[in-house]
Amino acid sequence: MHGMRLGYRFTVPALALLTILAALPLRAQDWVRTGTNLGNEKIRLAAADFKPVSADPQTPTLKAAFDATLYSDLGNAGIFDLVSKSFAPQAAPGTPQEVSLAQWAAAPANAAMLAFGSLSVANGRVVVNGWLFDTRNTANPQVLGKQYNENATEDMARTIAHRFADEIIYRLGGGINGIAETKIYFISSRSGSKEVWVMDYDGQNQHQITHLGSISISPRISPDNSRIAFASLGSEGWAIRMYSLELGRMVRFPGGAAGGSNQSPAWTPDGNRVAFSSSRSGDPEIWIADLNGGNLRRVTYFAGPDVSPTWNPKTGTQLAWVSGRTGLPQIYIMDQEGANIQRMTDGGYAVSPSWSPSGQFLTFSWNRKYGPGAPGGQDIYVMDIASKRWLQLTHDAGSNDFPSWSPDGRHIVFQRQVGGHTEIWSMLADGTEQIPLTQAGTNMMPNWSWK
Amino acid sequence: MNRRTRLMVPAVLLVALISLAGCKKKSEPNLTPAETAPATAAPEPTAQITAKPSSISAGDQVVLSWKTVDATDVSIDGIGKVPTTGVQTVTPSESTTYHLVAHGDGGTAEASARVVVSTPPAVAVPTNTMTAEEEFKANVQDIFYDYDTYDIRSDAQSTLSHDASYLASHPSIKVVIGGYCDERGSDEYNLALGQNRADAAKNALVTAGIAADRIRVISYGKEKPFCSESTEECWQQNRRAGFSMDQK
Repeated sequence: MHGMRLGYRFTVPALALLTILAALPLRAQDWVRTGTNLGNEKIRLAAADFKPVSADPQTPTLKAAFDATLYSDLGNAGIFDLVSKSFAPQAAPGTPQEVSLAQWAAAPANAAMLAFGSLSVANGRVVVNGWLFDTRNTANPQVLGKQYNENATEDMARTIAHRFADEIIYRLGGGINGIAETKIYFISSRSGSKEVWVMDYDGQNQHQITHLGSISISPRISPDNSRIAFASLGSEGWAIRMYSLELGRMVRFPGGAAGGSNQSPAWTPDGNRVAFSSSRSGDPEIWIADLNGGNLRRVTYFAGPDVSPTWNPKTGTQLAWVSGRTGLPQIYIMDQEGANIQRMTDGGYAVSPSWSPSGQFLTFSWNRKYGPGAPGGQDIYVMDIASKRWLQLTHDAGSNDFPSWSPDGRHIVFQRQVGGHTEIWSMLADGTEQIPLTQAGTNMMPNWSWK
Repeated sequence: MNRRTRLMVPAVLLVALISLAGCKKKSEPNLTPAETAPATAAPEPTAQITAKPSSISAGDQVVLSWKTVDATDVSIDGIGKVPTTGVQTVTPSESTTYHLVAHGDGGTAEASARVVVSTPPAVAVPTNTMTAEEEFKANVQDIFYDYDTYDIRSDAQSTLSHDASYLASHPSIKVVIGGYCDERGSDEYNLALGQNRADAAKNALVTAGIAADRIRVISYGKEKPFCSESTEECWQQNRRAGFSMDQK
């Protein structure tokens, strides 16, 4: 109950973003600096180092991985004013009996909330007990108490930290699920060819999924995390292909290969259909097919490239996509029958839309002064669909493309090319807290999992 | 296999030319003392022989010319007795070394000329020295596009009509058209744009009378650039429809 009340006190960032956009003059050219919780105080949260309570030699390693991951997850959430570790009281409390809330509530920590607990390793298992306490409610301080028991590996120590962080974020963040357990699918050429890779949302735990040896691009994870749709170059051109994460191998997607270019797949939120661009009719158009290849139908009828569809995840009945019908590519939206077409961008070179989980916003890559001889910047923007007001999120930092919303709507992952190097970055949906997630080789086209 | 023999011919030729040139240079200084020296003792004879051209196709003619000094009895292997100085036309069917022996009172001199005959012994067409691929490349040229469009430019029209006439006269050749874009902009959009470019080139060939089923189209977008500099020159190089023979 207490947690819920707190949740309402702190505005959902999507709403805050809408407020920002509404306040902006249309076609604002200036740098706009905003906070995710503009007009609201962020919760002052402390995350104590957990107390080691076992003698197992693995304990310090797993504890270090856990502490670092929990602290980073809570910081990345974008809704907390996280207490610096150097302000924490000396003694790490391992249990509610050991915690001195007054110490944490006092300067310099000034914490309103405290996450703490213990970690032990025994018989190849790691056990974590974690609590979240309200420092100012001394009578009934507990907001959350959790126990985790997993294999004693560094990966599982990080996973437990992600789960505990997501619990805290859910309680204090207005009932929106955290993203600490989500994944980011992307393309990397580290193996020598462009293949599909995956990593944790914070850039940890990167590994290769496909080994096709061709050129694969545009990975899109299904809403239930069971399949990855992507496009791959074969002797007959580009085909939409599917990899099953459950079976650990490629599976058929009839209708995805028809000669020419079949590319840029997009899942409906129910996971039953895929929209993609296909040139089978002689011109790249948007098509929709069932997972078994049935009900294949064409949605757009315009000369020139029609590509990069993305579904409204809220309704599952609308699409945003990119069309070159008037020359330079622009962002449009339509319903799934191809009717009610609306042009969203007013010029420049606008590509790669991703529709926010709330259904309210689009994020996309836009170069507003694209043209011959014009250096221009290709930057990430967010647009409020109803008002078409927009906010520029990246500035003067390379060429930015392929933004993808996190499921909590508070984050955006994107690719940034600086010089010859393309890497994957994430940021809060207001453009702050930009951090690189990859460092090695060429990494591009990130796609954030739905949960 | 074919390529190797073709490569070997020039190599052999070169050796023959060098050795011929060597012969000439060596024998000439000998002429002067032989002509001016008093005939107190019978001088040693000298001899030279050339074959022009030294490389032919089977059936072609070669002119042998030879010259000897202080020789009384001259013969060439495969021809027999010949005058001490003379010219003769021969038609060797295979590579031959014409070996001349000149006997004189002062001794014997020898000289050789090598003629290389290329096989197959058929009527040589100049294009035989090009592979089909090279000939295709020389006759079917890529076309280029303005930025962010797939319209066929006027300079590309004439290239395409030349491309089409070559393809019309070589009906067995099938074609792959690759669509390419410069490095700017989105990968997905460029893949679609590359498809439009390649399809536009295909449509132009079909309009010019080339059967559609002879033409395959693949968009490479910006995946396989011809150059990688961030300059207008390089961007122009990469905005193209590229033609190649379909080996499938």
